[in-house]
Amino acid sequence: MSSLLSLTMLAETLRIAAPYACAAAGGIWAERAGIIHIGLEGVLLTSGFTGVAVAAATGSAAMGLCAGVAAGAALSLAHALVTEKARVDAVVSGIAVNLLAMAGTRLLLRGLYDSSSNSPSIDGFRFGPTGASGAALLARVLCDPVTLVGVLAIAASPWVLTRTRFGLRVRACGENPAAAAAAGIDVARTRICALLVSGAICALGGIHLAFDQHRFESGMSNGRGFIALAAVVVSGWRVGRAALACLAFGALEALQIVLQDQTRRTAIGDLIQLLPYVGTLVVLAFAAGRAAAPQGIGKHVEP
Amino acid sequence: MTEPAAEPPQRSQGRNDAVTRWLWRAVEMVVALLGMLLVFDLIAFAFGQAPLSTLRRAAEGSWGTPYGVGQLLFKATPLIFTGLAFDVALRAGLFNIGTEGQLGAASLVAALCAAHLPAWLPWPLGVVVALTVAAATGALVALPPALMRARLGVHEIISGIMMNRIVEVLLPWVLGAVLVSATLRTPDIVPSAAMPRIEQMHGSAVSLAFVLAVATAFGVHWALVKSRVGREMRWVGLGPDACRAEGVDVPRRVLGAMLLSGAVAALAMSGTVLGYKGYYELGLGAGTGFSGIVVAMLGRGSPLGIVIAAVLLGTLEQAGFAINARVPKEAMDVVEAVAIVLVAIAYRQAGAARQGATPAPRQDAAPAGPPGEAAS
Repeated sequence: MSSLLSLTMLAETLRIAAPYACAAAGGIWAERAGIIHIGLEGVLLTSGFTGVAVAAATGSAAMGLCAGVAAGAALSLAHALVTEKARVDAVVSGIAVNLLAMAGTRLLLRGLYDSSSNSPSIDGFRFGPTGASGAALLARVLCDPVTLVGVLAIAASPWVLTRTRFGLRVRACGENPAAAAAAGIDVARTRICALLVSGAICALGGIHLAFDQHRFESGMSNGRGFIALAAVVVSGWRVGRAALACLAFGALEALQIVLQDQTRRTAIGDLIQLLPYVGTLVVLAFAAGRAAAPQGIGKHVEP
Repeated sequence: MTEPAAEPPQRSQGRNDAVTRWLWRAVEMVVALLGMLLVFDLIAFAFGQAPLSTLRRAAEGSWGTPYGVGQLLFKATPLIFTGLAFDVALRAGLFNIGTEGQLGAASLVAALCAAHLPAWLPWPLGVVVALTVAAATGALVALPPALMRARLGVHEIISGIMMNRIVEVLLPWVLGAVLVSATLRTPDIVPSAAMPRIEQMHGSAVSLAFVLAVATAFGVHWALVKSRVGREMRWVGLGPDACRAEGVDVPRRVLGAMLLSGAVAALAMSGTVLGYKGYYELGLGAGTGFSGIVVAMLGRGSPLGIVIAAVLLGTLEQAGFAINARVPKEAMDVVEAVAIVLVAIAYRQAGAARQGATPAPRQDAAPAGPPGEAAS
């Protein structure tokens, strides 16, 4: 029982929750602007791959971080252009984004590294104390630059969305694009900018994921983008609450890791993997009635 | 996009409308095909291969021999089912992204059932039993997202993904821990449950399941158009508010469409389990659920369109194998993704051009693709 309340558990929770929280914050930025972003999964993959590829090529993890963020923002931008300029349904575009990212990263793995499963390993950021104790693990998690930037971005998001002119415009476009347009806001441009931010924040999650494993693996996002979407709904489109939901989810997954170490893969041990998903379903069922989605999602202003 | 043939929309009625619509469908398909060719050529070029000879190899490997044709039809078979499944839900305004899990669970359960049928059963009965069990399992897996959507307003995409993950965890658990199969496969099915191969195709894996798939596509379409329940499902997709005002039981139709979609997706196991392997093993049919989305997007609400789109994707898959030594077969998935966007854009532009001279659309009209969601 003590292992459930240890520093290891806390460190694992933070480490696991970080990509979810970044993706959820990215999702909130997009949906607050009025564009459903199913493609978070694809953004995670693309940014993770780009981050690792650039870090491997230049030998600099910081360069990898920048390139990954740029790639995530670019993919998100493409999604915004397709939905805003070409007026394709956002879900359709999101599905295409995911497919493109999934296939594209696998294609590039084959092309660049001649492997169908993973990239060569990279150093990534290595800060903080070494050692296997819970305290050292926690210190490493807290010192990780990607985590820190992600936490900063998540902490700043509510403030930017509620207190700044840009944030107000974004929310206006998400709630009532027609009224926003009447007030002189360029809805399409505001949404595109919001999606750039969305992609950049979500990309931090993908880079965290890949740097944490010290390599990119095919399909390594493994549904995290979709679970982040669930967190978005549960949170009622608020970044802080979404981050909390992701922490809770991270705790469930960490629990599963800690417990599985103990139960040594018994038949029931495998079923513990179900916990996060069943938990999400149950929470969704209770939260959905009260959730208030931005009113302007999917609506456009005719030019 | 150019304007359609000078045909004032006010006067174009009936026949002319239909002709214009088909013309635009053709334009969409051509645009998509050209875009796909271009992307493929670029990828081949990037991998240092001559695009033309690679393309010729791809064509020879797919449509070049009876075996190739059989293989691509075999690959198209489950895609028709999953594409149709996504399409059925889409017409009711729903995104059934859970086809992957529905198919996986149904494959396992129906394969188990087909393995334990009595041996004296005459041929088609075993198939009928296996398909019924599969459809029921698929509908059962679709039930939680369907109920949550219909009664609680939970978006079906997220709950569908959760169901996919749950099935993904359960499948190896059932095979490994419950059935205690070291190879993670079910026992062989009895002969009466097998879908016979189509022998003319020179040893390829295409089976009668392909015929069943095509028949299902047209049958389901017919039911959606002709039956009252089917029509109401489509109306719910077009405008849930209007349906509510007209007294249509919207949650019930949403539930029905989702369950039907799950059942149809589950039938895809007829091609993989009953027609090909003769048992279920972990990973069999994985990915067909998601490719089905592409099929539905390309086929867009017509049974013939879905069959053609599935054959097109089957061709891409088979051609991908043929060229895998030169260009990774993942190139074909990239081509697919580009096709979705191109078709969606072409459809949208065509729609805008069609509506050109008609009264301006509502200011907040939903964009191309499925109509807006019911207030969630």
